[in-house]
Amino acid sequence: MLDNLQLLFVWAPIINVQVILEGIFVGAVFALSAYGLALVWGVMNIKNLAQGDFVIMGGYLALALSSANVPLPLILIIVIVFMFVYGWGIYALMIRRILDQDMFVSLLATFGLSLLMQQVMNLVFGPEVQTIDMELPNWDFFDNMVTIPSSKVISLGLAAVIALAVVIFMKKSRAGQAIRATAQDPRAARVLGIDTDKVYAFTFALNSALCGAAGVLVSIIWVIQPFYGITYSVRSFAIVTAAGLGNLPGVITAAFGIGLFEKYVGMIIGTAYEVAAPVSILLMVLIWRQISMKRNRQVVR
Amino acid sequence: MKMRALMTVAGVCALATASAITPAVAKVDGDTIILGSSISLTGKYATNGLHTQRGYDFAVKTINDAGGVKVDGKSYKLAVTYYDDESTPARGAQLAERLIQQDGVQYMLGPYSSGMTKAIAPVSEKFGVPMVEAEGASRSLFTQGYKYLFAVLSTSEQYLATAVDMAAEERKKNFRDPSEVRVAMAFEGDPFSMDVRAGVVDKLNEYGMKIIIDDQLPADLSDMSTTLTKVKALKPDILIISGHSKGAATAARQIDEMKVNVPMIAMTHCEAAKVHEKFPKAATGFLCPTQWVETLSKSDSMFGSAGEWNTNFKKAYPSYTSVPYQSAQASAAVYVWKEAFEAANSLDKDAVRDAIAAVEMETFYGDIKFSENGNNIAKPMFMRQIGSDASYSLVESFKDMTFPRNVSY
Repeated sequence: MLDNLQLLFVWAPIINVQVILEGIFVGAVFALSAYGLALVWGVMNIKNLAQGDFVIMGGYLALALSSANVPLPLILIIVIVFMFVYGWGIYALMIRRILDQDMFVSLLATFGLSLLMQQVMNLVFGPEVQTIDMELPNWDFFDNMVTIPSSKVISLGLAAVIALAVVIFMKKSRAGQAIRATAQDPRAARVLGIDTDKVYAFTFALNSALCGAAGVLVSIIWVIQPFYGITYSVRSFAIVTAAGLGNLPGVITAAFGIGLFEKYVGMIIGTAYEVAAPVSILLMVLIWRQISMKRNRQVVR
Repeated sequence: MKMRALMTVAGVCALATASAITPAVAKVDGDTIILGSSISLTGKYATNGLHTQRGYDFAVKTINDAGGVKVDGKSYKLAVTYYDDESTPARGAQLAERLIQQDGVQYMLGPYSSGMTKAIAPVSEKFGVPMVEAEGASRSLFTQGYKYLFAVLSTSEQYLATAVDMAAEERKKNFRDPSEVRVAMAFEGDPFSMDVRAGVVDKLNEYGMKIIIDDQLPADLSDMSTTLTKVKALKPDILIISGHSKGAATAARQIDEMKVNVPMIAMTHCEAAKVHEKFPKAATGFLCPTQWVETLSKSDSMFGSAGEWNTNFKKAYPSYTSVPYQSAQASAAVYVWKEAFEAANSLDKDAVRDAIAAVEMETFYGDIKFSENGNNIAKPMFMRQIGSDASYSLVESFKDMTFPRNVSY
């Protein structure tokens, strides 16, 4: 560990650039799926444990399309549309029925969905690790100490475009306003003529589409496997818990923060702890919240 | 209700007595010696289970066609009784018991995978039935003091140890001390990879080499860029990776992306992960261990050379374009049985067990000689190197190795 600190700050400080870049690339992908989770959680109070599996499903769709030589922009559009329809279907079949149940039902139901999706993907695509190799150039800087694959830059750009589109949509469009209104007060929204059932369906479908888009990016910059979804679920939960619901700038900041934290933990303590990093953040945030709330808590003795 | 329970108990007792008094009759049926195996024909090991079964069947047929096994002046044919263990260890243990107790099998062939072997070995040990296995490589199988378990394949701690030897020899050739070699390692935390790591660490200590990076990879590994960043900064002489197919795939992808320039890279599961097809550029020069290769210069009187075994096996099973080593080692296990029967000149299971323990033979699969613990100590793990044309070529010593890796990103 001491060696690693020395390496980072004394021997080869230039590799900080590499670590920070990796953290940013990771954070961009997390931000998409975390924002989807925050939407669904905030608007309809569903905690979607299958979040990561939606991401992986998007990745596999991208993989299937790319083996049919579909160009990347088209892949992204097809996957977003397909996952949107899929999300709508899942809402109509399942989520609608658990909306007014308590938290445990939503956790159990989405956990079941997660298992089902993993197994189906395992059957259809096989258990091997797969990846899309776009055969794009990789740039190197500082005597090959820092390398930037252009696929990661592209994915960062796409993530930014998608995030921007969602922000504008939520702020400006009627549907976006309806979603925000429903999140604030579903009953008042209904009184004012908003079809909340449709808003819920749309929100869930939008989440699914965002996850699908994240999945496309994952499949072009890392590797996917049917059972890798859980790490994306855990990260999304950590980010949303840290940032709070309905706070897009917060989600994005937290996503990049966790991405960087993860990479530095991996660098300093070891790769094995990279996956544990977001969970430890989750824990710290919960403890900190508990302490800060204690100050305001009034107990009748 | 009570009556029913009583009857069930009585029924179970009756069954137990019946099976206890049924004599074991089937070990030799007329002029046929019956071997038994529980093998995975369905479930997650089905593909490799089938490779194994075909290896057994091919060897049985070859040996029978050549006159069978001669014991005490009489010729016997070989036959194998199979049960499908559905790739579940509990079922495997059950079936092994059934083979021994109900079918009276006295000679066992192994199942597929270390996990299944771990489940079955205690059963054959309990009944004192020798088992020659070909597909369980875990080191932990040979630390239990089993007396009736023999394995023809190299154990998992040997997988990458050969690569360390080669790095040492390369140093010696240039009149330099092997202890100068600086090593980076990344291993997954599962039992198999930890076995591989233990073997590598033993070798490193033997040469006094220095470990400069020692990362453990998580099970759901999709990104090892931090490890590779360290590798680039510290410039080790050799990089050793083991994390099943997913580890090999992730490593190859990111070695390519990050232009990692280590002169020597060794990893397990290259072939299973198809790194030579998916990342031909980065995979150039990778050293990949394998149990057996068809170009090996070993032969025996039954199957001929490694190449001849390969050709004949393909003739028997034309669906194979390249024959998996799992089939070759399965054939070698059956061959060990033949040799042991003939050496013991008896069908008594304990006499045959001692004959197996004393076996020392050259086969198309490599040399076979068992240690006291039952693992094969005569056969090394073979190393193959991926060429720039994505082909695999056998590296029998460091002289055949392209060093440093000839790669330009």
